[in-house]
Amino acid sequence: MRQAPQPDGTGVFDTAIRDLVLMQENSKSFFSKLGIDTRLLGMIGALVVVWIVFDVITGGRFLTPRNLFNLSVQTASVAVMATGMVFVIVTRHIDLSVGSMLGFIGMTVAALQVQVLPEVFGLGHWSIWIIAAFSAIAMGAMLGAFQGWIIGYLAVPAFIVTLGGFLVYRGAMWWVTKGQTQAPLDTTFRLMGGGAEGTLGETLSWIFGIVAAVAAVVLMLLSRRRKAGHGFAVKPVWAEGILISLAAGLILCFVWVMNSYPIAKGAMKRIARSEGIELTEGMVWYHGVAIPVVILLTVTVVMTIVAQRTRFGRYIYATGGNPEAAELSGINTRLLTVKIFALMGALTGIASIIASARLNAVDVGLGTLDELRVIAAAVIGGTALSGGFGTIYGAVIGALIMQSLQSGMASVGVDAPLQSIVVGIVLVFAVWVDIVYRRRTGQ
Amino acid sequence: MDKQTPLVEMKNMRISFGGVHAVDDVSVDLYPGEVVGLLGHNGAGKSTLIKMLSGAYQGTGDIYVNGEKVEIHNPRDARKYNIETIYQTLALADNLDAAANLFLGRELMTPAGTLDDDAMEAETRKIMGRLNPNFQKFSAPVSALSGGQRQSVAIARAVYFNARILIMDEPTAALGPHETQMVAELIQQLKAEGIGIFLIDHDVHAVMELCDRASVMKNGKLVGTVNIPDVTDDDLLGMIILGKTPGEAA
Ligand SMILES: Nc1ncnc2c1ncn2[C@@H]1O[C@H](COP(=O)(O)OP(=O)(O)O)[C@@H](O)[C@H]1O
Ligand SMILES: [Mg+2]
Repeated sequence: MRQAPQPDGTGVFDTAIRDLVLMQENSKSFFSKLGIDTRLLGMIGALVVVWIVFDVITGGRFLTPRNLFNLSVQTASVAVMATGMVFVIVTRHIDLSVGSMLGFIGMTVAALQVQVLPEVFGLGHWSIWIIAAFSAIAMGAMLGAFQGWIIGYLAVPAFIVTLGGFLVYRGAMWWVTKGQTQAPLDTTFRLMGGGAEGTLGETLSWIFGIVAAVAAVVLMLLSRRRKAGHGFAVKPVWAEGILISLAAGLILCFVWVMNSYPIAKGAMKRIARSEGIELTEGMVWYHGVAIPVVILLTVTVVMTIVAQRTRFGRYIYATGGNPEAAELSGINTRLLTVKIFALMGALTGIASIIASARLNAVDVGLGTLDELRVIAAAVIGGTALSGGFGTIYGAVIGALIMQSLQSGMASVGVDAPLQSIVVGIVLVFAVWVDIVYRRRTGQ
Repeated sequence: MDKQTPLVEMKNMRISFGGVHAVDDVSVDLYPGEVVGLLGHNGAGKSTLIKMLSGAYQGTGDIYVNGEKVEIHNPRDARKYNIETIYQTLALADNLDAAANLFLGRELMTPAGTLDDDAMEAETRKIMGRLNPNFQKFSAPVSALSGGQRQSVAIARAVYFNARILIMDEPTAALGPHETQMVAELIQQLKAEGIGIFLIDHDVHAVMELCDRASVMKNGKLVGTVNIPDVTDDDLLGMIILGKTPGEAA
């Protein structure tokens, strides 16, 4: 398509953004009453567009319970780390080490449960997965805290420290087992990676969904009452009603989709045998919500609370907005840096559990390029590299958009090199749109 | 006034940055209910001097609060002694709203241990209603505020926490005549409550009007401290420009 040159010479995309901003101005009254910010709408819009396009191209094979279940599991590891990367980037740092750290932790913990713990407790002992999971998180927190200490107290830039970590951990990972792949992992540990066994199952999924929906409704009503109690303006009742129904509806809808994906016959036989259940003709079991997704949702809720409701979170955003002001307000920004990187490390530990459990094996390539996926997810989700701005939910949606693109292209048959090219272009494009959006809305 | 213990005494304060003596052997003091003006050209070292009192910089020299020697190593220490500061740069986190800035470092918490944003906003509304009744942008980040509105947030932050010693570094720089007048009234009111104020201001007339004494600095050194009733505008200007006290100049 040919486009008449624009006066400012930036062309078709700029016009599109101008229209977007205009549309946003016009729809302001409606959405501002709803109190949803337009960036969130934009990201959800982008996700919906990606999903619909791939669904059309694949002739309806994309938006199936099976594919959405897989998508949710594939997104979990990167999304967990992306929530931590938000804090890192908000405070004007970066962490290039998370992919290598994930690999190093994964390999160490795999070796622990394959070679060490069975010797001590016996193969398949119930405590193995707990020790392994705890070790992964503790190891991540310690490695992260050490990096944060160098950044905060020795004033070496985060880019350099974590670039060093990127190389060190990848090398250290090899040394753990002299490059040998570790498998198979503990059977309970493997549940945290998803798969036919690694889900809540139908009943628990419904309970989980209903509890989550009720909690969302109660929290929204409480917040409204508190605001009204202080005499602040609250949303109109209809707007609050729409939001509450949307939140509860989305949660239940998600559970319903996950509960519509039947477990394959082979896996059913395997599960039935291990649990001693008699299978009858015509019996169908469904997956339900995958355990790694439950972990991701828990992390998302906790990190959102940390970001919005705790001193720690408030100080992170204040420091990102104006480090000098934060320091003058009595915030110990050096210690804050240590805590932020320790948290990033702990989340990398959790992500490493999910990633290794999903593959049921750890080879020396685990986590390769994950740092870039994580940073891209946070940035696509609206985290500004200049610091001060970024949301947890944005990073999670960003990770979902990235994974949808990649899975979608794979299912259409786009080969790997072209997938990289497309994802790279989308990343740059998304950030450019965000920059123009910020400039236009004066944020 | 002489028999009273000073609220603050700073003795022989020194600090240098890479060989530049930004503050060089300066001593000043401040009594309860007194306003002391700090005057001098740009770069004379006024902001640097008061930053040693507010904990932003660590120099050498002795600081006494109510006659007791104190160590101020960081802004938390200064707040402990009820020293509040309105910085020349305002020191606001632009991405946060007025309430978050006002309570930064001293947040109000709910019994559950989470931030009580609603309570903080309610308190902010109260104090802003007193200081700047026109202020309405309570949920906008302070980057969306005008210079005067930002300044009033910085002032509110210093005043809210029951300061005993208040440092105002060019508090009216971004204000219009009406708002400047309001700050002048605020200073009178705080003074009447017994608060001691260091006021850094470029406007010699404002200093003549509001201050009890004035200390003049030039090139990091103290030119001298004078009682305002004993001097004229021109005397002060002479001290600032020539670096000589009226006695010497005569
Ligand atoms: N953090 C710093 N690093 C280097 N030089 C500084 C710093 N702070 C102040 N100075 C220098 O100290 C001198 C005094 O500055 P300042 O106290 O801001 O002056 P004033 O407030 O009287 O205008 C100036 O020469 C300034 O460049
Ligand atoms: Mg100054």
